[in-house]
Amino acid sequence: MSEHDHHHHDHDHSELSETELRVRALESILTEKGYVEAAALDAIVQAYETKIGPHNGAKVVAKAWSDPAFKQALLEDASKAVGTLGHVSRVGDHLVAIENTPGRHNMVVCTLCSCYPWEMLGLPPVWYKASPYRSRAVKDPRGVLADFGISLPKETEIRVWDSTAETRFLVLPMRPAGTEGWSEEQLAELVTRDSMIGTGFPKTPGAPS
Amino acid sequence: MNGVHDMGGMDGFGKVEPEPNEPMFHTEWESRVLAMVRAMGAAGAFNIDASRFYRETLPPQVYLSSSYYKKWFLGLEALLLDKGYISKDDVAAGHAVAPAKSLKHGKFSTADIERIMVRGKFGRAAPAAAKFKAGDRVRAKNIHPATHTRLPRYVRGHVGVVERDHGCHVFPDTAANDAGEHPQWLYTVVFDGRELWGPDSDPTIKVSIDAFEPYLEAI
Repeated sequence: MSEHDHHHHDHDHSELSETELRVRALESILTEKGYVEAAALDAIVQAYETKIGPHNGAKVVAKAWSDPAFKQALLEDASKAVGTLGHVSRVGDHLVAIENTPGRHNMVVCTLCSCYPWEMLGLPPVWYKASPYRSRAVKDPRGVLADFGISLPKETEIRVWDSTAETRFLVLPMRPAGTEGWSEEQLAELVTRDSMIGTGFPKTPGAPS
Repeated sequence: MNGVHDMGGMDGFGKVEPEPNEPMFHTEWESRVLAMVRAMGAAGAFNIDASRFYRETLPPQVYLSSSYYKKWFLGLEALLLDKGYISKDDVAAGHAVAPAKSLKHGKFSTADIERIMVRGKFGRAAPAAAKFKAGDRVRAKNIHPATHTRLPRYVRGHVGVVERDHGCHVFPDTAANDAGEHPQWLYTVVFDGRELWGPDSDPTIKVSIDAFEPYLEAI
């Protein structure tokens, strides 16, 4: 390793340590003042790590693929429809499901910050919150899709949903061919996080995951 | 405010780089920052709009060079200092040295966890009839408030079509400044890519925002 690399490594390390110290100090201040119970902070982290994640959205998508009445209800009022599924985590108001069709592909972004349907998909990945995606998704969605290694027919309409309010968007991808007769559980295995953001497609049956 | 956070349509940030098998948190402190923001918000120290505004007001060079949770931390610290929940002496000491301020909803405890795992409710009773309906052509106003707004720059002055009506919601522009909820009608407004980005734009692109009624004018 060159001296140059050493320098960078040490620099990054000290920056991280400084942030870590400041975060710990703030936590001490908040608990000592009696604003938050220290155990409650642990419990919040644990809840995020265990209760939310794309498995929730995948169940909703698989149900919509299997049950036309549920799909219709989902597209009409997604918060209400998801609320009827006991096995999916609780969902807040203003969830909107948007359906991909052969003629139209939907993609979700938050150009102003990082709004994302946490209850359906978990915490957003770093790329969703970072400048390249936030800046380009609304202007060059095909270029962004190329960064994900996917492309769409040139005549397909691309609809980008900028999450500028407290509405939250869940993309309902198209059901993959070759899945006739599959159970909801089998179908849910094909639903990827990115397919519900609109930056990916569901897995293809039989393809290695 | 016309900050660097409002980055829709900017060039030069490079490729999107998805990280395979990305962990939920890259360091332990990131998870503590998330937890503190959620807990202090739920305890009533601030609303979601104020927390966004404090991240937006970070100096542009800091905003662009800080990781996501670093921005959350810096915004949280600035907000708590500004609202008097912590003092500069506390921060300098790394411990509570100044007296506590009372929180609207009291201390956040483990009993409150379920409450924060579902998003808050932002729908409100309508104070007046909606001005617009699905199908109406509208122009996004050419406005540049110096304070918090959710009207991105890239649509200002452009014409779109109202597609959905979401009812009345808390108005972030006032809620962020402790100036009240002032509920407003909220609409999905869709713009043609060429309207936003000019005649050379990909003709298959459509972009929508969710716009509060005061952001729109009839045409």
